[in-house]
Amino acid sequence: MTLSNPEPVGEGDPGANDLAAEGSAVAARRSTPWYLRLPIISHLRSSVGLQRGMLITGVVLVGILLISALFAPLLAPYGFAETSADGTRFGTQQPPSAAHPMGTTVTGFDVLSRVIWGTRTAVAVMACAVAASLFLGVALGLLSGYVGGWLDRLLVMVADAVYAFPALLLAIVMSIVISGGQSNAWGGIAAAAISITVVFIPQYFRVIRAEVVRLKAEPFVEAAKVVGTGHRRIMGTHLLRNATRTLPLIFTLNASESILTLAALGFLGFGIEPTSAAEWGYDLNRAMADATSGIWWTGMFPGLAIALAVLGVTLVGESINDLNDPRLRTRRSRRGRRKNPQQEVTA
Amino acid sequence: MLVRFLLIIPTIFILMTMVFFLMRITGDPLTAALGGRLTPDQLAERRAAAGYDRPLIVQYFDYLAGVLQGDFGTTYSDNTPVSEVLTTYGGATFELVVYSLIVALLLGVPLGMVAARTRDRWPDAVLRIVAILGYATPVFFVGLLLKLVFSVGLGWLPVAGRLSTGGQISMSKILNPTPFYLLDALRLGDMELLGDVTRHAILPAVALGILTGGIFLRLVRTNMIGTQDMQYIESARSRGVAETRLTTRHALRPALIPIITVMGMQIALMLGGAVLTETTFEWNGLGYMLAEYMKARDYVAVQGIVMMLAVIVAVSNFVVDVIAALIDPRVRY
Repeated sequence: MTLSNPEPVGEGDPGANDLAAEGSAVAARRSTPWYLRLPIISHLRSSVGLQRGMLITGVVLVGILLISALFAPLLAPYGFAETSADGTRFGTQQPPSAAHPMGTTVTGFDVLSRVIWGTRTAVAVMACAVAASLFLGVALGLLSGYVGGWLDRLLVMVADAVYAFPALLLAIVMSIVISGGQSNAWGGIAAAAISITVVFIPQYFRVIRAEVVRLKAEPFVEAAKVVGTGHRRIMGTHLLRNATRTLPLIFTLNASESILTLAALGFLGFGIEPTSAAEWGYDLNRAMADATSGIWWTGMFPGLAIALAVLGVTLVGESINDLNDPRLRTRRSRRGRRKNPQQEVTA
Repeated sequence: MLVRFLLIIPTIFILMTMVFFLMRITGDPLTAALGGRLTPDQLAERRAAAGYDRPLIVQYFDYLAGVLQGDFGTTYSDNTPVSEVLTTYGGATFELVVYSLIVALLLGVPLGMVAARTRDRWPDAVLRIVAILGYATPVFFVGLLLKLVFSVGLGWLPVAGRLSTGGQISMSKILNPTPFYLLDALRLGDMELLGDVTRHAILPAVALGILTGGIFLRLVRTNMIGTQDMQYIESARSRGVAETRLTTRHALRPALIPIITVMGMQIALMLGGAVLTETTFEWNGLGYMLAEYMKARDYVAVQGIVMMLAVIVAVSNFVVDVIAALIDPRVRY
């Protein structure tokens, strides 16, 4: 579901511009303190107008998501699997009221509490999946691009096969393999995370491998070899540091996609059991039947939660991408380019 | 180019092998279906009869031999040949994907052009947010909202399914049905039936179309902005070419190249989206059935459907690569 365009047609050789931009970027980097050079903060500083608004909106939404995940026990009025409090039952499918601002579900859970606890599940899966696929994908991509030969061919073929496969189907198959389709909280979160990881590895693999193959021919790698630098050091320092420039974008795209995949798994009934963790997709699955009888609150709020979480992460990713791409960046008057142009446009 | 074409075969082969062994890890369909209801002895007997107790590798080669002869096996849970499952439900999925592509194109291309023209002004801002929302909102939630508004709230459109009961009766009159309801309705010339088919298709097509339309919108916008600042546009403008013509002809055409490429890549996403859309609207297509068969651990059916999807994706990726190579001589395989 993630896509990156082929190179824009009709562009000249970017090498020369790249070098020039690289030089000015390095010069600019020397003069600013480190905390202002952090990815999102530096982007905020170089953004203007609409792009800045989008980035800020994204950062705020992601902030809300993270805070809610951290402080779920304090924020949620009830537990995610509670159907009664102080000895009184909540009642099923109750419309929103003072006691239950978002109503209750068909099983008698409090919708608001499930939405808040659901942020925990989403963030846990997102963090595990993105971290694991980043690590494995980068490692494999480095190895494959650097070693080359039959290993490279084999890995590329497998990665392409996995990549060509609809991500959701692969995640379903993986979740059945890992957890038999249903499981407890951590098992379910791990299963979802692993199945999403498998889907994402090829994306990192492809990008890193392509970069490594390109960089391998560069004079500085040649120079490192000449002075007798070990393979491990060449891969770990020379290649890795230069190849990871495009990663923030894939990273955010994957983060948003992992939330969607988790929800889709839950919706199809291959996700986490409702009594072990709150998961928005499952809640929506149960809410489908409610909708026909006009009960809207059971589906509306978990659905909005998914949409807003994904929106926040996507906005951050989009803005970073636009700001990195000189063709899309809105320029400030009186200020020149600050970042290196990148030959990547993501739709 | 020939090499690129031949690469399709190992891709499909790898996928098939992956699914075969992954599904086998999860247990077998007999245990999933009858696990609690039979004694272990009876179960073992049944498994032996079905050949599930043989070594995995033997089962695998057995399956491969069948596939090479065009025999995908028979589903376990409803005892129909897989090839029949593919044609029956594949038609429904194909219909859904085509309708939603139409919706996506109608939404995405014109709106993307508007966004590119009004770059960084308010219409652009609104459209970009709409596009990202279209991507960020899960298709089943969009489906739920559509149902709440148009089926429950306004009562205009049916909640789910491909046909009403009356429609099914009319549809059963046809002698040699095609898998496509719309075609069949046209062949019968039954206007009421045609309306019924169309009414059922609207919401699913819109739900899936919004998802893809958002992506098209962003694509068109990005690529048009890329071509808009080119010098030839400027020179055409100075020659007095009208702005509308500039947008539609000069700026859109070169931008179409990457758009077509990415559209091809969208096939895999659309198939994934189709699984969710079909489940949401109980649209009896491959995606809906796939989820059902997965729950029943019906390997044979899952493998068959996955094979089919893999072939579709591999072939469409190949076509995309060919188009890209034709357009840009720098791309070589």
